[in-house]
Amino acid sequence: MNGFLNWIEQRIPMMRVANMHAIQYPAPVNMNFWYVFGFLATIVLVNQIVTGIWLTMNFEPSAERAFFSVEYIMREIDFGWLIRYMHSTGASAFFIVVYMHMFRGMIYGSYQKPRELLWVFGMLIYLALMAEAFMGYVLPWGQMSYWGAQVIVSLFSAIPVIGPDLVIWIQGDYVISGATLNRFFALHVIALPLVIVILVFLHIIALHEVGSNNPDGIAIKHKKGSLAEEDKTKYKIHEYYTDKYDIADDVVPFFPHIVLKDLVAFSIFLGGFAYIMFFAPEMGGYFLEHPNFEIANPLKTPEHIFPVWYFTPFYAILKAVPDKLFGVLAMFGAIAALFALPWVDRGSVRSWRYRSGLHTWNLIIFAIVFIFLGYLGGTPQADWKIVASQILTVMYFGFFGLLWIYSKNEKTKPVPERITK
Amino acid sequence: MKKLILAIALLLPSLAFAAGSKHPLDDANYDLTDKASLQNGARIFMNYCLGCHQQQYQRYSRTFEDLGIPAELGQEYLQFTGEKVTDYITSPMPAEAAATWFGAPPPDLTLVARVRGADWLYTYLRTFYVDDSKTFGVNNLTFPNVGMPHVLEELQGTPRISYEDALVDGETVKRYVGIQSDGNGELNSEEYDQVILDLVNYLQYTGEPSRLASEKIGKGVLVFIFIFFIFAYLLKKDYWRGVKK
Repeated sequence: MNGFLNWIEQRIPMMRVANMHAIQYPAPVNMNFWYVFGFLATIVLVNQIVTGIWLTMNFEPSAERAFFSVEYIMREIDFGWLIRYMHSTGASAFFIVVYMHMFRGMIYGSYQKPRELLWVFGMLIYLALMAEAFMGYVLPWGQMSYWGAQVIVSLFSAIPVIGPDLVIWIQGDYVISGATLNRFFALHVIALPLVIVILVFLHIIALHEVGSNNPDGIAIKHKKGSLAEEDKTKYKIHEYYTDKYDIADDVVPFFPHIVLKDLVAFSIFLGGFAYIMFFAPEMGGYFLEHPNFEIANPLKTPEHIFPVWYFTPFYAILKAVPDKLFGVLAMFGAIAALFALPWVDRGSVRSWRYRSGLHTWNLIIFAIVFIFLGYLGGTPQADWKIVASQILTVMYFGFFGLLWIYSKNEKTKPVPERITK
Repeated sequence: MKKLILAIALLLPSLAFAAGSKHPLDDANYDLTDKASLQNGARIFMNYCLGCHQQQYQRYSRTFEDLGIPAELGQEYLQFTGEKVTDYITSPMPAEAAATWFGAPPPDLTLVARVRGADWLYTYLRTFYVDDSKTFGVNNLTFPNVGMPHVLEELQGTPRISYEDALVDGETVKRYVGIQSDGNGELNSEEYDQVILDLVNYLQYTGEPSRLASEKIGKGVLVFIFIFFIFAYLLKKDYWRGVKK
């Protein structure tokens, strides 16, 4: 067995990679429950890819056959309903874990130096994921698929000069049609998944280069020679890390310690996932919207057109601005602001544990604003909601403005040298 | 794009009334495990609905199998136009002609319970009332100005709506009291409600034929995950013993 492993090792660095990135990767010992969502996102990504492959085997990407083929999968393929629900529940689950993962990054300052690129790669994944989810939602060719696509694609018509032509170019037709469905299918099953997988790879490589952050936001890697022998970790850590740094006695190896912790989180997550999938796959119309069980009809507008829940905060921002072009700019600005977070925050203390009370409240209010925007974007229009979404849009951007102002000379608490001391 | 805007503009008036009414919905206590109810619902559907509405995503054979109807009996009592048992449940009515007759082609009903919800269907089918101003002589409280005749009138009898005068803020307004059948139908009011419930049960079934299987497997899966969680937790605890935090 050992001979065989050596034979492989001399040809491809299997054990070296496994050691460097898992078995001997130093993970901070104080990682709490907020640190499981990256792992869960990876699991969901795998779920989406695997179930997606199986769905593709029977899905037919044409305006005439798409809706029928989904029902064919639901009724006549062995366990087709299960595969389809795994995929549809997985889509929403993906956004749940990704939003938790992003908020974790915000409260513990995981985007700060030296993790700026790590954060940007993460944001790129989020962007690709939104495109992926949007196009995936068009594929069943239900009423919401069609009219949702109509609303989103028409946003591009707000761009001056090239807008209307751009819309036709995206649609591949003068209206949303089978041609649009077909190209969205190509992008959904090949182009974007490839992009996402590559970005996830880069995200992990970047993470392992700078090292994992932790709830205290303090480094576990110290300057070579700066730690006394008894302060260094007793675990076997890969030379890639120990050659450059002294690793403090604040770490555990990623495998098995963190993997086992993730496994516990995974089983809890899976319980919730399975419950929704088997007992309430529509999730009251949030995961699968009711009008989408009706085949797309270009002549019949649904009473209300909502995007799926994970887009509704941005949809509310779009609707809050009376002018279409500025609405679109505000919506994309809301995402761009997140991209810029590493440079908006000018502080040097990472975790909210050691930052000002103002910062803590700014973060909490931001989360509440985001959720409330989601509510406004996903429920029928009313006069008070327009005003409310305008106020909340200002508050959304206010988070970044305030952060930029107070982070320069923020009154922070003293940060400990070590996690376990 | 212009075509689309034109189409939307032309359709807006018809959408205005398609956009629901505020009539409160009654609870449909359907039971997917009640085979007798499902079979009766299927009978009602095939006899009264299938003339105009189809269930083109579902096969007769699947329905018969799930509802415990032997194929020969199903073919004899539930299939009327000589289709094969493996055929999809389609309506003989030509869609284009139907569109001219009713203003819009009658929608497919395979998934209607997932679009509208069981409560809506249960209420809708029980809130037709005589209204001579309408093409078909009936209107509907749940779906005002619906372009569908009251197909089940021979079961329910002639439904009449009644209002009472009520004083609201010093003004006399008409307040809805209820819908009462003339009693000239085959069924009394409770029997009619039960038949509608059976039909709704059947439509709920065709909306998602895998529902019962899903819940059965789901229970087993949840038990498995729970046991898995216990072992994962104990294993994690064991490995983390002695790790100082």
